[in-house]
Amino acid sequence: MERYIEAPVSREEIKKLKAGDYVYITGTIYTARDAAHKRMQETLDRGEELPFSLQGNMIYYMGPSPAREGRPIGSAGPTTASRMDKYTPALLDLGLGAMIGKGKRSKAVIDAIVRNGSVYFAAVGGAGAILSKCIHSSEIIAYEDLGTEAVRRLEVKDLPVVVVIDSNGSNLYETAVLEYSRQ
Amino acid sequence: MRHITTKEITRTIKQMCIEANHTLSPDMKSVFETAVKEEASPLGKKILNQLEENLRIAEEDMIPICQDTGMAVVFMKVGQDVHIEGGGLTDAVNQGVREGYTEGFLRKSVVSDPIERVNTKDNTPAVIHYEIVDGDQLEITVAPKGFGSENMSRIFMLKPADGIEGVKDAILTAVKDAGPNACPPMVVGVGIGGTFEKCAFMAKHALTRNLKETSPIPYVRDLEKEMLHKINGLGIGPGGLGGTVTALAVNIETYPTHIAGLPVAVNICCHVNRHVHRVI
Repeated sequence: MERYIEAPVSREEIKKLKAGDYVYITGTIYTARDAAHKRMQETLDRGEELPFSLQGNMIYYMGPSPAREGRPIGSAGPTTASRMDKYTPALLDLGLGAMIGKGKRSKAVIDAIVRNGSVYFAAVGGAGAILSKCIHSSEIIAYEDLGTEAVRRLEVKDLPVVVVIDSNGSNLYETAVLEYSRQ
Repeated sequence: MRHITTKEITRTIKQMCIEANHTLSPDMKSVFETAVKEEASPLGKKILNQLEENLRIAEEDMIPICQDTGMAVVFMKVGQDVHIEGGGLTDAVNQGVREGYTEGFLRKSVVSDPIERVNTKDNTPAVIHYEIVDGDQLEITVAPKGFGSENMSRIFMLKPADGIEGVKDAILTAVKDAGPNACPPMVVGVGIGGTFEKCAFMAKHALTRNLKETSPIPYVRDLEKEMLHKINGLGIGPGGLGGTVTALAVNIETYPTHIAGLPVAVNICCHVNRHVHRVI
């Protein structure tokens, strides 16, 4: 089913999303990938504040290519989510609403998604040019020294994603493959 | 003896890095068209259409096809009658990568040390494979490699008794484990034989072969065809969201090996299988 949602997102809204839904996201989201997650974890370990509030917010696992003049961002597709698995349950327990990435998640992450009523979306990997057209502004808000891995605040309009793991723990990667498997 | 300047090599590598990241070769585009027609899943078809549109936008608006513009892998066949003038060949290649990634607005994804992990900020160094060949030309292939799929690649040190069935199992295992992580539909490069490092090299090199060509060895050609069919029966589909097009091609290279061994390497590439070829 096709849905249009806003970011940040409420738990009630997340609950309506089912694995397999095609969703267009509009609003404010944040980027963070490997090195930024490591820093966020170190920040939490020191008992300090994260660079942005997690409450109902969405993290897009993405490190863009540089923007050409006059454009908000370069190519901007998702990176593999499983590399962030080690850090993710803690962020979900602190209120992170949703994640946008690609690829499988660990059992610990899926458990934390269900426990917190969160959701994991996949954007199409390798479609960075087309996805960049949905990003209307981009601003580095933390860890600028990390270059492409810095944390960015993005304003997005109708960013197309698919619900892969919903708040009940249904996993499209597992169910859809069975449907088309000839084995 | 023919003289080629490092300046010309640098300029060529720079152009190749930029071209590879914005335009796929005609053989890649053509397999895409076939894939869209063959995909049975409506969501899979939708994703393939998005990917075709993505290629169009990348080329027209000069936005890299994928934000992971890769680590630059360069295959260089150096004719033994070539004399390089104006400095070192490796420096010239790295300078081309530096200029291409900086001036071409490509992402700098290389860190100087695997543990200390400080970004080199110009995407150097490249991974360069030299081969000395007959003649007085330089044959260059630039293949920027993204790491979503690189991370899902595997080496299997099989034993002779495992035979061709063992090879098939190894390829299917690698593709199954890669699943949605490797950005399917994938191109699967396979190296069979040689030594540990030789089979990995062949698997990487196989990815640069024109997808319209097949192996010259009859049993390998049959194996490529059979494995493509088997992989597409796994159900992984475009984006890993289910479907009948999981791989666009399977390219296999072989080499003589030791009486005790049967090495198999599977180098997986996403659908952004970039490779540009030039001869100087």
